[in-house]
Amino acid sequence: MSRYLPKPEESVVPDGAVRKRSIIAFSIFIVLLVCGGLLFAKLYSEPQSADNVQPTLRQGLKANERLFSLFYSKHREAKTFTKQDAVTKVRVNGDVGMDGALDTAWRLKVARNPGDTLILTLADLKKLPKTEVIFDFKCVEGWSQVTWWGGVRFSDFLKAYNLAPQTGLKYVGMITPDQAYYVGNDMASMLQPQTLLAYEMNGQPLPQNQGYPLRLIIPVKYGIKHLKRIGVMYFSNDKPKDYWAEQGYDYYAGL
Amino acid sequence: MKKITKKHPLAIRWFHWVNFPVLTVMIWSGLLIYWANDIYRLGWGDTTLLQFFPKSVYDALHVPFHLSTGMAFHFFFMWFFFINGILYVLYTIFSGEWRYLLPDRHSFKEAWQVVLHDLHLRKTAPPQVKYNAAQRVAYSAIIVMGAGSIITGIAIYKPVQFNWLCALCGGYEFARIIHFALTIGYLLFFIIHIVQVILAGWNNFQAMVTGFEVEKILPVEEPVVIEQPEPIAPVETTEP
Repeated sequence: MSRYLPKPEESVVPDGAVRKRSIIAFSIFIVLLVCGGLLFAKLYSEPQSADNVQPTLRQGLKANERLFSLFYSKHREAKTFTKQDAVTKVRVNGDVGMDGALDTAWRLKVARNPGDTLILTLADLKKLPKTEVIFDFKCVEGWSQVTWWGGVRFSDFLKAYNLAPQTGLKYVGMITPDQAYYVGNDMASMLQPQTLLAYEMNGQPLPQNQGYPLRLIIPVKYGIKHLKRIGVMYFSNDKPKDYWAEQGYDYYAGL
Repeated sequence: MKKITKKHPLAIRWFHWVNFPVLTVMIWSGLLIYWANDIYRLGWGDTTLLQFFPKSVYDALHVPFHLSTGMAFHFFFMWFFFINGILYVLYTIFSGEWRYLLPDRHSFKEAWQVVLHDLHLRKTAPPQVKYNAAQRVAYSAIIVMGAGSIITGIAIYKPVQFNWLCALCGGYEFARIIHFALTIGYLLFFIIHIVQVILAGWNNFQAMVTGFEVEKILPVEEPVVIEQPEPIAPVETTEP
């Protein structure tokens, strides 16, 4: 082996000096260990506010959001697949906000400005150019599935309804008709070209349990942000309230 | 009197003892995340040798239904793991400590000899400075593993923004498998590491805290001086 290595430094010292240095080193070591343990215990047991996570950790999630928002580019797209890659049995993982049958008088309500709501039918949306996205849908739980969706690209929708001024705001909020499920997504992610107001899955109208008649598909986010059965859409500079962020999850949830 | 030999620089002791609890938190919080989709096992077909993880493990560690807690901790402590790891690598490069740590061209052969020696199948161990060949291989591999955890971690964390990295890791799901397998690797490393530390004894362990190894100096035996009778001076004779 490397016999040319510098020999570690050696010295001869009295027994007492060795003992003294060892005691000092171990004392510092134990004090630091205890401090570390106490810091962790303090962090772990921080009283959780309404959003179900330790405030320091929420600050951490927000710091990560700020950092990764800096590097975010809407030109980076989720990997796409062919129709043959898409699964036929699409996993249903959530039904919050979809209790009961859909009101037959369903309309998409787009709150353009306070007191000015655009009301649209599914037929109105189907008149706009259709975009299909086949991507690996990712759940916050850790599983993923290649799924095939069709609908209106969100940015096309904004153009068609002259909602360009609204893109100056930071967030888009969405709420189910029964108001039980609600999400907020940052505008940059909403304007990514793969973000759809989807009304089709596997070339067929959305099944009830997949959010018929209209759901959000936003491949740069975890599934928790892909709200099913959109009732109301609004634009805001403040973070719209978000169902899973209130349960302690990251608000950004960006991929 | 005692002879002390400097072994671990202060910086390396810091990095080591910071890493240990931080990695523990990362593994714990990773387990909370993994639980939400715990599909990995060792086995084939319908035969499962080992399920990751058995219910008993989850119950003992209070794992179930803490996904959001796991994510919040994981994405907080990842920075400490990452920065500590980077600093360690930079330190070993610039201080020259890498010379004791990186395997050289003999290390892999010698590492095997060390293993045989540790298993009492070989009488002698190869010569070493600070770390034996098996340690060099293990301590370098663990750094490569750490880099692997960070790379696959980024691939899972931001698979769209870092889609090239995700592709490099063999895709989203494969990156998750590697990320998980590396964690199992840390646990195995930990077990062997602890056993070796116990076998190596106190002097070796305390050096990771104090920085030096201590060696007793045997009292030097006084050379025994045998009193010799004065040599009898030759009688000077004068030539007549």
